[in-house]
Amino acid sequence: MLRSGKVKIVECIEVTKTYDQGNLQVKALENVTLSIGKGEFAALAGPSGSGKTTLLNMMGGLDRPDSGQILVEGQECTTMSQSELARLRLNKIGFVFQSYNLIPVLTAAENVEFVMLLQGVPASERRQRAKKILDEVGLEGLYDRRPAQLSGGQQQRVAVARAIVANPAIVLADEPTANLDSKTAKGLLEIMLKMNREKQVTFVFSTHDEMVMGYARRLIHIRDGKVYNDVVQG
Amino acid sequence: MQYIQLAWRNIWRNPRRTIVILLAVLIGVWSMVFLGALMRGITVGMVKNGIATLTGHLQIHYPGFHDDPSIENRITNVVQLTETLSHVLPDKSRWALRVRVPAVAANARHSAGVTLVGVDPVTEARVSFIGGAIKMGKYLSDEDDHSIVVGEALLKTFNTKLGHKLVLMSQSVDGEMVSRAFRIVGSFRAELMSTEKQYVFVTRRSAQKMLKLRKDITEVSILLPDVNDVHRVREALLNALPNSEYEVLTWTELLPLLTAYLKLYDQFILIWYLVVFVAMAFGIVNTTLMAVLERIREFGLLQVFGMRPFFILGEVLVESFILLIIGIAAGNALALACIFGLGKSGLDLSAFAAGVEFAGMSRIIYPDLQLQDWVMANLVVLVLGLVVSCYPAFKASRYRPVEALAYA
Repeated sequence: MLRSGKVKIVECIEVTKTYDQGNLQVKALENVTLSIGKGEFAALAGPSGSGKTTLLNMMGGLDRPDSGQILVEGQECTTMSQSELARLRLNKIGFVFQSYNLIPVLTAAENVEFVMLLQGVPASERRQRAKKILDEVGLEGLYDRRPAQLSGGQQQRVAVARAIVANPAIVLADEPTANLDSKTAKGLLEIMLKMNREKQVTFVFSTHDEMVMGYARRLIHIRDGKVYNDVVQG
Repeated sequence: MQYIQLAWRNIWRNPRRTIVILLAVLIGVWSMVFLGALMRGITVGMVKNGIATLTGHLQIHYPGFHDDPSIENRITNVVQLTETLSHVLPDKSRWALRVRVPAVAANARHSAGVTLVGVDPVTEARVSFIGGAIKMGKYLSDEDDHSIVVGEALLKTFNTKLGHKLVLMSQSVDGEMVSRAFRIVGSFRAELMSTEKQYVFVTRRSAQKMLKLRKDITEVSILLPDVNDVHRVREALLNALPNSEYEVLTWTELLPLLTAYLKLYDQFILIWYLVVFVAMAFGIVNTTLMAVLERIREFGLLQVFGMRPFFILGEVLVESFILLIIGIAAGNALALACIFGLGKSGLDLSAFAAGVEFAGMSRIIYPDLQLQDWVMANLVVLVLGLVVSCYPAFKASRYRPVEALAYA
């Protein structure tokens, strides 16, 4: 439980990560300790190379720290096998990427359905839930379009729908608006905010865009692999 | 949307590449099935010729006749033998009693070594090729005492024709050289020219008279209703006949060269399948690997969503499986069409008669698709196709999500 009274979804304790780049060792994260509570709408802010993406990857079980602990809903994930991590991601974590990363051979609805397919949700329920969530992100009638037939903003909305459709404990978004123009970016952030308010979806997203930071209710500044400021915004 | 549907769409991401690999599998399967059936047709034709050319499925001789086919090694108790045959042989079996000895045929200008075959015209026609092989003149009848039927090639070699005389000379039972003149009443055509030159047919009675054999014979040729029964029937005959007076040989013992060739063929066809497959395998591995390398980022993404590495491996294998099944189906369809097309007319190799004769092959080859060859060809492609696809599939499943997502 956090001091704010929120249940802890993700907890990073003394997380350190160093990358080898030839003869050079680059410290991406250094003793990072922070917690994300249920229903938060938090931004990891910082310049390129500050360690935002590395921290998101650690929270999502996509990468392992050199030292420290990461707990997702109380489960220690630094010691999990690849299969256990896959199961954790499948059931508890949603992802949104800067470059949308939709599966090109699937339609918008099928992309949204995909995670539920992996979860073993029956086909009729998958279809129904996928359409409902696509409607909620403003993509009515575009269910059967393939990614190549959608604009960047529409693709990213499909990605958000895909990330939240299976009711994950947390959605991790790595610079979700970086490839969008400011108007489209605002539209996407409004949708994310709406999902956060109405469905209590926990969002953590990385950004270096001041406008995007303005939407976050909690702003975690990262520089040189360290958290140097963590503030709650009004 | 299911995994198979996803695999199907992934296959058609790059239609040109998919069509190329499908063509490779199609041609490979076609060549395995169709050319395999042709090769099998050659061996089946050779066995058929071998059995029809006076061999039969089983032969009974006096012990040692097979190695030394001289008149001394003859069967004397024909009545006992025929009674035993009537009891032991399965229903619908056919057999013919023969006198077969080496002889010299001669006319005014030519002479050559031949095999004199004394036959009962009616029963012989039901056992060997001769009944349906008459091209000119007529076949023998029981009353023909001085008639002879020879091969067309012998007619040509001896520069003679129907109605002319041919003198046969051989050793009689008392060790004397005897000769008798016969009038050529018919000529036969055989699959192999050597058969036409080697065998001359007279009635059994006239052969026995000429060789002073009385009722004795030299061999019995037996055709069984089911060729797979030869060993069982052979055992039954050996049990029923006194071993000191008879030997019973199967067609595989009578035609050792052909038997060795058949064994060689079975090994050859496996090697042939593997050679075709190896060529095909390079295409399969290359294409699948390209498809995997193009989608590294996507495989990372699937893992990010929670797809376990084992299922990613499975997904790539499903794509290979679908490609293989389509290619195999198309290859089989084409091969079956070719086999059906050639089924009635056969492949006529008369233009290469000398060559095919040398190899002991028929002049016309009929493709013969046998179930075990067909199953083997398809299994080789499907199973080994999936095995070689395991490498790219394994590679796809081994990418770590972070590395894969960073892949440009």
